[in-house]
Amino acid sequence: MSKVTVIIDNQEVQVPADYTVLQAARSNNVHIPTLCYLEGINEVGACRMCLVEVEGARGLQTSCTLKVSDGMVVKTNTKKVREARKATLELLLSDHDRECLTCDRNRNCELQTLAEELGIKDVAFEGEKNVNYEDTSSPSIVRDPNKCILCGRCVGVCNDVQKVGVLGFTNRGFDTVVGPAFDKKMDEIPCINCGQCIAACPVGALKEKEEIDYVWEAIEDDNKHVVVQTAPAVRAALGEEFGLKMGTSVTGKMVAALRRLGFDKIFDTDFAADLTIMEEGHELLDRLQNGGKLPMITSCSPGWIKYCEHYYPEFIDNLSSCKSPHEMLGAVIKSYYAEINDIDPKDIYVVSIMPCTAKKFEADREELAASGYPDVDAVLTTRELAKMVKQTRVDFVELPDEDFDEVLGESTGASVIFGATGGVMEAALRTVAEVVTGEQLEALDFEQVRGTKGIKEATVNLNGTEVKVAVVHSTGQASKLLDQVKSGEKDYHFIEVMGCPGGCVTGGGQPHIKPEDRFKKDVKAERAKALYTEDKSKKIRKSHENPMIKKIYDDYFEKPNSHKAHELLHTHYVKRENYPLDK
Amino acid sequence: MEFKFDWEKNASKIEKLKEIIEEKKQKKGPLMPVLNQAQKLFGYLPIEVQRIISEGLNIPLAEIYGVATFYSQFSLIPKGKYTIGVCLGTACYVKGAQDIIDRIKDELDLEVGGTTKDRKFSLEATRCIGACGLAPVMTVNEDVYGKLNADEVPGIIKKY
Repeated sequence: MSKVTVIIDNQEVQVPADYTVLQAARSNNVHIPTLCYLEGINEVGACRMCLVEVEGARGLQTSCTLKVSDGMVVKTNTKKVREARKATLELLLSDHDRECLTCDRNRNCELQTLAEELGIKDVAFEGEKNVNYEDTSSPSIVRDPNKCILCGRCVGVCNDVQKVGVLGFTNRGFDTVVGPAFDKKMDEIPCINCGQCIAACPVGALKEKEEIDYVWEAIEDDNKHVVVQTAPAVRAALGEEFGLKMGTSVTGKMVAALRRLGFDKIFDTDFAADLTIMEEGHELLDRLQNGGKLPMITSCSPGWIKYCEHYYPEFIDNLSSCKSPHEMLGAVIKSYYAEINDIDPKDIYVVSIMPCTAKKFEADREELAASGYPDVDAVLTTRELAKMVKQTRVDFVELPDEDFDEVLGESTGASVIFGATGGVMEAALRTVAEVVTGEQLEALDFEQVRGTKGIKEATVNLNGTEVKVAVVHSTGQASKLLDQVKSGEKDYHFIEVMGCPGGCVTGGGQPHIKPEDRFKKDVKAERAKALYTEDKSKKIRKSHENPMIKKIYDDYFEKPNSHKAHELLHTHYVKRENYPLDK
Repeated sequence: MEFKFDWEKNASKIEKLKEIIEEKKQKKGPLMPVLNQAQKLFGYLPIEVQRIISEGLNIPLAEIYGVATFYSQFSLIPKGKYTIGVCLGTACYVKGAQDIIDRIKDELDLEVGGTTKDRKFSLEATRCIGACGLAPVMTVNEDVYGKLNADEVPGIIKKY
């Protein structure tokens, strides 16, 4: 790309000719504020925060939509600009529920931060306020239109990234609301609960349905044996909530914190990820060898599962019948673990700490109750765990590193990388390749399936058979790939789908990303790095070599895909109608 | 107010709508023309109709609903046989148009933007219709009534 010269705040800079003024400024350390802007997703110039003065142009210009041109002279910080931004922000605030102290996003709200930065002392415009009800109908996502500033970031993500499209602008002018069609509630629409709208929201208009109080209550209850498990991706991001650098793995501190919160046992969902690989790997081998439905598609991501049930029901038989890892572990805790410790499963309360909001909906699925009780009782997001830790005033950063509890806390490098896109595929390949060839793999790193490219493909030779695999992340990319499979343009044996872009490390339940980190860092890669580093450092890096996995098959399940394994570790799916009509 | 969509009575219209969708689908920006035709065909755009359009054009329902609620030419409830418009332009307003509108609401048990249960009357508040000399003004379909006072309203309604 050819370069042009632009003068921004008196400094002459060279930038690619296709840059916007905003990109030109940011790449040269000039920070123009934004609110509705989400790079590549929502570039609409609606919020007017990014206004700048451009020499020769009439009026102030929105820098997020204005392309640079050679010789352009831009001023980002004049009195006129500051006053315009301030007036606009005051107008936004005039119709905003300003209950910051009790807001979910207090102290990490982009609107609040801007109000501080622009020096808002008083909201001069006391006009009419829109008052709408807070929608708490969904088990995963709470929508509060009174906090909404109509930036459209959630709409952009839901429509264009996830290809779900359940949120939109309705009505016009002052009556405009962002929400579902026909004023439907969140649990009446084909929402997949991925929570990417929450991750995109700059304010507290979208948030997870909090379950913290239920968990505190269970911990207090002497009759309850409260077991907690943590997903791989949680350890890669939890530290950010306590000021640690992005990409810092905090496994040991996280375990120590959970112990101080008062959980009776602390297990690792990673153990169940190894179990998933055993079950899913053998399911794949069975399908390959016995003419089963192909391509087989992974089933770890509950956002993706619900997407498939709503939008691609013709692929339901392609889904692996394996429960997602935390549901597997819940089922194991309430059966195997309950038996060997002589605890009645009705007294066990399983809490899953997940990077995910869709897991909340998943835990409510009636079919996921192998012991007769729900496999998992409560799901907390990474953000909720951070809140619990803060409530106890535990100094997280100073905590020592502690280990997971015995039996279901043992895991391998293969399971840790489940949290990044391509991780499940890589873990599966490590095991399947060795099971098929009967030989030790020389190289364990399957680089072709790593990284944040939208669709990744690889061909693996298993004893002379070429197995074609693909990895996608975000349901939007999954939709693209499935359309190609449907049309016959593409043909695979095994596909990994993660519902969120980047996989679980950037799931809808992960810590909010600061606006400056969005453009300065490759968040998906930074967090994934923490997981791949942990994988490298593990002594055992293949699921089938996990000694506890061997033990649980010897003692309990007999072999992968056995009758007992099917009873406890596998599930089924249903076609779901979008916007069912009253008949 | 609930208006039940009658699938049987609307069967031929639905067929027609599907034909329209197939035809417009080939062109760029098919949503507005399809919504326009559907509004004409059914007289309103209930969820049943919008869902058919959503599936036919492969556009999310939330987006279609957004367009349907943005433009005032689209309606989510059926229009009555007679549309009563009351001008709320400045001249009519100062001459007491609000009293006229309130009286119509009382007489017909109807809100602005609503339709009576028997689908006979709809009520709309309009901007200036350019008959300020006759203020306050109301219209019933193409008929114009001017220099009104609220007591004349029942008599006018009775004519229809």
